Amino acid sequence: MAVPVRNSESDEAGRSVPPGRPRPLDVVRRWLPRSTFGRHALLVLVGAVAVVLVLETTSPFRNSQFATLSYYAIAAAGLTVLTGLNGQISLGHGALMAVGAYTTGLLLGSAGPPPLILVLVVAAAVTAVVGVVVGAAASRLHGPYLAGATLAFAIAVPGLAIYFDGVLGGEQGMQIDSPRAPAWFADAIYFLSANEMSGAKYLAYIGWATLLVVLLLLANLAAGRVGRVWRAVRDDEVAAELAGIRPGPVRVLAFTVSAACAGLAGAVLGIVVRLAAPSGFTIVLSLGLLTAVVVGGLGSLTGALLGAALLVFLPPAVTNLGTAAGLSGVAAAELAPLVYGVVLVLVVLLAPTGVVGGVRRMWQSIRNGAGRSGVGGNGRERS
Amino acid sequence: MVTDPAEGATPGDTSATDGPLFRVDEVGVRFGGLVALDEVSLSVAPGEVHGVIGPNGAGKTTLFNVCCGFVTPSSGTLHWRGEPVRGLRPHRLAQMGIARTLQGVGLFRGLTVLENVMVGADRHHRAGFTSALLALRRSDRDERALRERAHAVLTELGTETYADRLPGSLPYPVQKRVALARALVAEPQMLLLDEPASGLGADDMAELGTRIRGLRDRMAVVLVEHHMDLVMTVCDRITVLDFGRVVAEGTPDQVRDDPAVIDAYLGEEAA
Ligand SMILES: Nc1ncnc2c1ncn2[C@@H]1O[C@H](COP(=O)(O)OP(=O)(O)OP(=O)(O)O)[C@@H](O)[C@H]1O
Ligand SMILES: [Mg+2]
Repeated sequence: MAVPVRNSESDEAGRSVPPGRPRPLDVVRRWLPRSTFGRHALLVLVGAVAVVLVLETTSPFRNSQFATLSYYAIAAAGLTVLTGLNGQISLGHGALMAVGAYTTGLLLGSAGPPPLILVLVVAAAVTAVVGVVVGAAASRLHGPYLAGATLAFAIAVPGLAIYFDGVLGGEQGMQIDSPRAPAWFADAIYFLSANEMSGAKYLAYIGWATLLVVLLLLANLAAGRVGRVWRAVRDDEVAAELAGIRPGPVRVLAFTVSAACAGLAGAVLGIVVRLAAPSGFTIVLSLGLLTAVVVGGLGSLTGALLGAALLVFLPPAVTNLGTAAGLSGVAAAELAPLVYGVVLVLVVLLAPTGVVGGVRRMWQSIRNGAGRSGVGGNGRERS
Repeated sequence: MVTDPAEGATPGDTSATDGPLFRVDEVGVRFGGLVALDEVSLSVAPGEVHGVIGPNGAGKTTLFNVCCGFVTPSSGTLHWRGEPVRGLRPHRLAQMGIARTLQGVGLFRGLTVLENVMVGADRHHRAGFTSALLALRRSDRDERALRERAHAVLTELGTETYADRLPGSLPYPVQKRVALARALVAEPQMLLLDEPASGLGADDMAELGTRIRGLRDRMAVVLVEHHMDLVMTVCDRITVLDFGRVVAEGTPDQVRDDPAVIDAYLGEEAA
């Protein structure tokens, strides 16, 4: 599932591969489709096969963990694009997920619920609209002010759910009827794996299908002009403006795209958890997402996926270790947030570019050590 | 936006206007009590290299900031190709045909050299958000076109071997050249250079001088620079600022011997 965010060197005509020995990656690249879409679609296809293999060979408990992973990863992918590529920090993504989840709840709870795909699209669209508003307010702010404004948003939104408790269910939240697998899908999976379709597994499929589409679209954006302009505005607003780019609208666009992802993540969360409640969208969720993207490597979609996996698999692992070491259940459960904090601090201190950045650098030093790099050889990531 | 009768004409083509390409008339700027520019006028002919010199703090960068819309003057007017410019915003410059380099380098540090220059070429882009989102063929084609433009300019400036490097990993003179490439790739009709020679050695500076002279058949150049020998050799005309006022204007020879100019610079040395 390596979805490269940068590919300045890997395209059709006018490519700038330095002379000299072909690098291992170039050999692989020759077999990849030449168009951006082809390349990314191929990766998504490989990802889809992997998803089927994993979900069909793991336990129902793992299935539901993977479902959880899918919505964290969708939100983290959207956030890493905003923070990593456009340099905007958001503490409000948990609240944006709430918008998506409540929208989903309202739609699925209505008399004649629309088809699932439409529910997801509407949830993304509604959240995107909220994103435009928040993004427009945020586009004038920087650093701590931006963090503060999005924090206020994060705190206000769950409050709304309590205020409008008639429609949104108040503190208790809103039950969401999860969709059941359509017969053709259950049949197809049975045909492929001879496994029956379970409810939890179907939800994991929904989550992962959504995640793969999100990754495809975000990778498309990041690889081309849109991603480049986002990064340009992040690095130097004045210089970007002189190139004819309006930083304000660019920021709003990045925020909107990111919000749409958060909305989708919220929709999947609602369907998987079968509940949209204020307690599910606290500031802890937003902080968790930020941790995930920083640990994974800001701006990297692969990193967002790794970071989300950390959010899902680390707490139970740590809790198990704790009980194994003789701690009481409650004390062991409190270890997880502590370990989060420690991991975050370690990553920031030791590998500020996150897991993906660290691996990339290691790979580069190995490559530069083995075959000498050409003149134009990669000095990237060395700053 | 300026209505452009010569849209599609080659840059530097002056058939649209007989008068000056760009004119600054009696512009005044004050920051609080400080008068940064006082009735400053300047006129740039097509294909001319126009120097703006003056001691530190004379207002040269401020004048550029007015020309770019970063600073709104409290008085005075600007004319671009014979038409008055109102409510100028920096992001409009590229479309108007004006490019500028920043004092220092001002490169995007997280973008490769090639990407930096591609951002400079951004005004030539055609494909929109949707085709980028779906990675339609149109968007790939557009990217390829931008990349080719960027490559051509990098090659022209002898920096194509650094295309995949991050600016931070390059020697300062190379960074300055990349910054110039980023401005040139927009194919402006007027190029504003703010201290392009700062930090350059003698060789690089001589090469820069030749390059600026070579740009004249494509665009007008306004040059802010402290290195007098460079200014005197490359400029057709020079405007001298001191304490925000124009103290002299003319050819290099006229300016060199002007007592007001000698005064301004002597004042600086005495201070
Ligand atoms: N944004 C601002 N706010 C307040 N004062 C400013 C501002 N920008 C410039 N100034 C002041 O205006 C005067 C002119 O500054 P400017 O930067 O234009 O000088 P300069 O000729 O470019 O000098 P240098 O050669 O050092 O670059 C200086 O006194 C400066 O302190
Ligand atoms: Mg200056």
